[in-house]
Parts: sequence; structure tokens; C-alpha cells
Amino acid sequence: MSIKVKIVSPEKVLFAHDADMVVMPGSEGDIAAMPEHAPLMLTLRGGVVDVYEGDVVMHRFFVAGGFADIAPTHCTILADRALKVEDVSVDDAEARLAALEKSYEEADKMNVPALDILMDKIQSARAEIEAGQSAIPAMSI
Amino acid sequence: MASLKELRARIGSVKSTRKITSAMKMVAAAKLRRAETRAAAARPYADAMRRMLAEVARSVAGEGGQPALLTGTGQDKVHLLIPMSSDRGLAGAFNSNINRTTRNLVLRLQAEGKTVKILPVGRKTYEFLSRDFADLIIGHRHLSASKEIPFSSATELGEQITSLLEKGEFDVCTLVYNRFQNVMTQTPTEMQIVPLALPENDNTENADVASYEFEPDEATMLSSLLPRNLQVQLYATMLETAAGENGARMTAMDNATRNAGKAIDRLTLTYNRTRQTNITNELIEIISGAQAV
Repeated sequence: MSIKVKIVSPEKVLFAHDADMVVMPGSEGDIAAMPEHAPLMLTLRGGVVDVYEGDVVMHRFFVAGGFADIAPTHCTILADRALKVEDVSVDDAEARLAALEKSYEEADKMNVPALDILMDKIQSARAEIEAGQSAIPAMSI
Repeated sequence: MASLKELRARIGSVKSTRKITSAMKMVAAAKLRRAETRAAAARPYADAMRRMLAEVARSVAGEGGQPALLTGTGQDKVHLLIPMSSDRGLAGAFNSNINRTTRNLVLRLQAEGKTVKILPVGRKTYEFLSRDFADLIIGHRHLSASKEIPFSSATELGEQITSLLEKGEFDVCTLVYNRFQNVMTQTPTEMQIVPLALPENDNTENADVASYEFEPDEATMLSSLLPRNLQVQLYATMLETAAGENGARMTAMDNATRNAGKAIDRLTLTYNRTRQTNITNELIEIISGAQAV
């Protein structure tokens, strides 16, 4: 028993394969999609999606926010931006984080919705750095 | 009748024109293939997005206080038009179709007493519309000059539209673009993107599934899905425009190459006839000269 997993970014389909479990970073906490999961739609925060086959993580993707559609037989992740964890560039992400933090400092503190969006972006950039750093030791082994 | 030297020059110039047009045709063909691949690659996301949106919209249907992107402002006074053309010409009627459709639409809306604002995308339509409707244009964008259209250009345009809507700058937003039917045919199409015309429930993949849960709740979900959906739609039309532009250019250049070939044949015929006449004339002169002696 497995579920059809699809990870799509606006530009292309990144990953389409069967898997036993997918752990994804929901905006209100991590969620694992498994076969026969009740239908659920959720928004994602920036973080790492782990695709399990058996008990082993076979693929890891970084997603910068997005949406997920979980159903008993399939799980579709619509990522704003997605890439393999080993392709994450820590330097790029750090540069982006610095730029975002700067614009957060300068932003109008009364404009709450705009600040929320910025906070989400900052969180996503931090998660990307973390993802990039976690990938390095795994590759050197 | 043109002299032999003039004819030779003209044949030479038409030949080099033919070389250029046939080279442009081949370049357009290569670009078209790339653009088609990209458009196809972007489709799964757009499809999945539409499915999710339909699902969420269904579950909130009938509730009040829905986002303006979905239901509009409740008015129908100010129309925002977004014509989408290519940046470069020499693509047959590709851009002029967009320009004509847009102009007719503007005139029709104005005749109905509506206020029209235009936000052209692509240099060609901007240049055309700024002649007739300079005062209606509220800004413009070029497609990216690079080979690939990044998703971020759609994001920026989408954010601009969303913020215009939030400021109450318009009530209805319509996109005018060339729908890519095949390499030969691109149809200028008007598509209303705000308020969103949701497709009839085409939820075949989830038809067997019980109703969805949402996390966070439907309203939050909807308000984050809608802007993204707008961007995805814009991105899809941008890719379609890129593919259509190259398709149209390929067809136009193919015709031009063929016409140049015909012109060369005609000119060569005239050239040979003229040459023959000249020789005949000279012979007659020599013979009659000899007879006179």
C-alpha cells in the first residue's frame, strides 16, 4: 500500500513517485501523509519534505511554502519554490535572509499583513539555510 | 525596363533577405519547441491549483465576506485590461491581433459608460496603445528579455494586480492574450481573471473522496490560494504568449521565405529576358551595319 506523491513547482513537476509516507512542514505543524489519510488541504511553511519508502528517507526536498492536497491515495504538494535539499545553496539563502531582515527593519510596523508576509519569508529563508547545512554532512559521508 | 545591373542588384538583395527570413524561421522553430516544453511543464501545477481552489471554493460557497479576488467588488464600473503581447515584432499578425482586440474592447466598454484602465504587458502592445489611449495606461511591463520567463515575473504582475484591487482601483480585470491553438493558429482571447470565473466542478480525481478538511480554515486557505492562482494563470498566459509568438513568427517567416523565392524566380526571368533582348538588339545592329557597307 502506497500513495502517489507529486511535488510540483510552478515551473515543473519535480518529483512524481509512489511512497509509503511523506512528512511535510504544515503551517501549523508537521504532517505526515500516509495511505488512507483523511482528505486534507493545508498550507505549508518553508521547510523540508521527507519522502519515505519503508522506514528510510529516500528523497528530501526543500519547499519555500506552498500548499498540499492529501487524499487517501495521493498527496500533491504545490510548492512556491522547491528544490532537492542537496541543491540548496546556503550562501544564497543567507544573502536572501539578510536582505529580508533588512527590509523587515525598514518596514512599516503598523502594516501587520505585510509584516506577516515578511515573517513567513524570513522563516522560509532560515529553514532553507538549515536544510542546506543539514545536507552537507549527509553528502560527505 | 530596368537595366541588367539594377536587376542583378535586386536579385542579390532579395536573396539575402531570403537568407535572413529562413534563418529567423529556424530560430523561431527552435525557440517554439523550448517554449512548448516549458508550457507543458507548468501545466500540472496549474491543474492541481485549479482543483484545490475549486474544492475550497465549493466548501465556502454561500458564505459571506469572501475575498474580492473571487467575488469581485460587487461593482462593474472600472475595468482593468491587461493586453499581453510579445516584445518584438516580425511575428505576422500576432501582436496586431492583440492590439485590435484590445482597442475594440476599450471602445466597447467606453461606449457602455465604463471607466477603462490599461496595464499592457509586452513592448509591442504598450507602444501601440500609448498612441491612442495614453491617458488610460496606468503602467506597463515588458516580458523578460531573457530566454526563459521566470515565475517571478508573473508573481510581480500578480502582486501588482492584487494591490490595485485592494486599493479599489478597479472592479473587473480582463486579460487579452493569444491563446495558443497550434503553431499556425493563435486566437486572441479575452479572459476575465477578477472576479474569478471558477470552472464547473471538474473534480474528477477527487470525485470519490469525502469532503476535505482544511488547515488552516477555509477562509485563510482561500485568501492565500487566490493570489497564487492569479499568478499561476498569468504565468500560464505568459508562457502561452511566448510559445505563440514563436509559432507566429515561424509561420510568418516561412511565408516570407517562400515569397522571396518567388520574387527571385520572377526577377531572374526578367533578367534573362532582358539579357536576351540586349543580345538580339546588338546582333541586329551588327548585321544591319554589315549590310550597309
